[in-house]
Amino acid sequence: MVRFLFEPGLFSNDTVRTALLLGALVSIVSGVVGVFTVLRGQSFAGHALTDVATAGGAGASLAALSPLVGFIGGGVIGAGAMDAIGVQRVKDRDVATGVVLGAATGLSALFLYLITLQTTTTGSTQSILFGSVFTVAPSTVPDVLVLSAVVLAGVTLIRRPLLMSSISPELAAARGVRLRVVGLIFMVMLAAAVGLSAIVIGSILSTALLIGPPASALRVASRLSHALVLACALGVAATWLGVVFAYDSYYWLGSGRGLPVSFFVVADVAAEFVVVSLVAWRRRQRTTALPESLTVPEQVGWV
Amino acid sequence: MVGLDLLEVDGVDVALSGRMILRDVNFRIDHGEFTGLIGSNGAGKTTLLRVLLGLQDVVRGRVLVHGAPMTRSNSSVGYVPQKVLFETDVPVRVRDFVALGIDGHRFGLARRSHHTDDLVDEMLESVEATSFANRRIGSLSGGEQQRVLIAHALVSKPELLLLDEPLANLDPGSAQEIIELLHSVVTDQHVAILLSAHEMNPLLPVMDRVVYVANGRVASGTTDEVVQPEVLSALYGHHVDVLRVHGRVLVVAGGDGHGDSLVADHPPVVVD
Amino acid sequence: MFSSFMTNAWLSGTIIALLAGSVGFFVVLRGSAFAAHAIPNGAFAGAAGANLIGVNPLVGLVVFALGAAFGISALSRRTRSDVATALALVMMLALGAAFLATSNAYEPAVNALLFGEILGVSSSELLPVALLAVVCVLGLSTLYRPLLLSSISPELAVAKGVNVRVIDVAFLVVVALSSALAVPVVGALLTFSLMVGPPAAARIVTSRPLRALALSVVFSVITLWAAVASSYWTNLPIGFFVGTMSAGVYLVARGWSLAQSRRPRGALA
Repeated sequence: MVRFLFEPGLFSNDTVRTALLLGALVSIVSGVVGVFTVLRGQSFAGHALTDVATAGGAGASLAALSPLVGFIGGGVIGAGAMDAIGVQRVKDRDVATGVVLGAATGLSALFLYLITLQTTTTGSTQSILFGSVFTVAPSTVPDVLVLSAVVLAGVTLIRRPLLMSSISPELAAARGVRLRVVGLIFMVMLAAAVGLSAIVIGSILSTALLIGPPASALRVASRLSHALVLACALGVAATWLGVVFAYDSYYWLGSGRGLPVSFFVVADVAAEFVVVSLVAWRRRQRTTALPESLTVPEQVGWV
Repeated sequence: MVGLDLLEVDGVDVALSGRMILRDVNFRIDHGEFTGLIGSNGAGKTTLLRVLLGLQDVVRGRVLVHGAPMTRSNSSVGYVPQKVLFETDVPVRVRDFVALGIDGHRFGLARRSHHTDDLVDEMLESVEATSFANRRIGSLSGGEQQRVLIAHALVSKPELLLLDEPLANLDPGSAQEIIELLHSVVTDQHVAILLSAHEMNPLLPVMDRVVYVANGRVASGTTDEVVQPEVLSALYGHHVDVLRVHGRVLVVAGGDGHGDSLVADHPPVVVD
Repeated sequence: MFSSFMTNAWLSGTIIALLAGSVGFFVVLRGSAFAAHAIPNGAFAGAAGANLIGVNPLVGLVVFALGAAFGISALSRRTRSDVATALALVMMLALGAAFLATSNAYEPAVNALLFGEILGVSSSELLPVALLAVVCVLGLSTLYRPLLLSSISPELAVAKGVNVRVIDVAFLVVVALSSALAVPVVGALLTFSLMVGPPAAARIVTSRPLRALALSVVFSVITLWAAVASSYWTNLPIGFFVGTMSAGVYLVARGWSLAQSRRPRGALA
């Protein structure tokens, strides 16, 4: 069984090792940022910023700039635009996110078209859009490390006002928290985090790891610290399993073609969510009290 | 009308998530009566209102409207929630929103006749909302929104209007206006009203009957019958004093050394 | 631009914009832009799957769009709706990626599905598209009043006896069908733009529901016409124009309302 799981050459393969390392890094950043994203009801913004970052990456590629600059820069500009258009009420934010996403995707269409005019290699659209952790160059590892550290440090710094304003904006404002400022800082961190994960693991996985493991963690954790740790653990587990299965699938399916990493990781994320939901359900059956968790009813208006 | 009360609550027990919230609730509401549902926060007022709307099942007992069991879409009962959050740019004007009170539950596009328009105008006038009838529902103040919600509920001509803490978020001036408005609704349109509140003093001049909720139980009758030390002590399960000063009422736990104010929302009494 | 081979583009585009504008009025009202974005992406996965097993892509589009809609509804019972939408979205996209990897998908075809292709609807497909569009419009008209009420205040709708859950699901089904129709022309990634930008602009301009609905349709159709024309003249993908022009319409409306509020008024509103 073990041999079936770990096909020959898995761990001696450099690409795989890089994939595992980068995947873990990105999972941790996504897990931490994702917990707050889910708490603040900003899953749409988180996903939208992934696509915005991808547009930035395509643009950078066109302008012969470093893709990393494009991904992160694009995301940050998008975050700023969303903030400028409207953040006061949940539904205004919805429109702002949708409009920015639409414009950014439109730009993606343009950039990718122009790229295909420039280059003769096929598949560039899909590789930029769907991305793969197997195609990231090992030389990017230091950059990813540094950026991950910056994002994690940033979130840690604003941790307390961020938590307060995510759970009860009114209380936070009464305590003197500058909701607008904290919100904007968080959006920028979010943009950086998803830009980073989009370039490393592709836009599909970026959203999956940002929302899936944190949502699962929040169903069972009653304290923020538990939620953060669990979200990271679930994310890393899903990514590593996904990398292993994707590598193995080349052997399982034969004909030299495997299933993409994104497919397996998302499957793992979904499986985790199901398992965690069952655990939470069993717990609820055993107690009559309402479950304590960090999720907050949607009717609360966020800033 | 002989025999059938408008609303009869008979031996009702209500439970939520396995916990008993209300036990042995009995009271009646007659046509054209103004009843206050009084109790502190968490006492079960909203739960009881949901039962009366047919949205909450009872463990025991029954709720009868005109002698028949209450169902979910009973048009004799109208409802005014405490506060609805409308986005500022929702493209619905006050008069459009009131019109939805007539037919918002019917399928199909709106078919507005002159009759419906007149009805809406009439309702807007009765709640004194004509001056802002063309404004968006998301741009209203608390007091204005209450009026509009009342008009929305009244336009379908219910016989009983249920209001969930309509005064809670209003300043005393607006609260007084709403109370007077509701009183005129009762007298002019002969609609019975049951409104929940945690402070009964503003309602004393207009209330015909009180349904007092405390400790999972209910006492009902006229204010003089219910707001008595013996009745309320039995309800709370320990000694309670009732003080009347200048037409206002204060219910206070006392005599057994605990000294907490049960209905904590009453301001301290200043004898002047 | 108006030659016979472009007729289909104009016809199908107009039908789609009509639908998107009407559906979009409610999408914006309900704050469902995320779902409106997720469902067409689901449809895309369906097209990829249909391609893989050699079935008519329209079938794949419709089946997966409906699947995404029902998936979002079902998940929304267990967790908050934006998380449900995100999870449904990534699962669809992952499936789509898997389908693409295992089939020999022709890249320009994939691009067309993602970013739109004005000639995406052939003459033979025009009739089924028109019929499905009529079904959607009829569906929306039937749902109009209870949908409007439950979108503004679910609480009040429930108190009036409206089955809000059924209305919610029915609405998502209409979104799904509209998306399936729009994807071949406007592209999976940009379909939702027509459902967000123009309706959001319409509701800034007018405060009356039916007028806002009509204006949503008008703005949406004008945006699409401008996009088709621009795409024809510049040979750039139509998705680029749809995305940026939808955003543009909204920003213009916002600017207009800002200008209105700054101007001193003669009489109080």
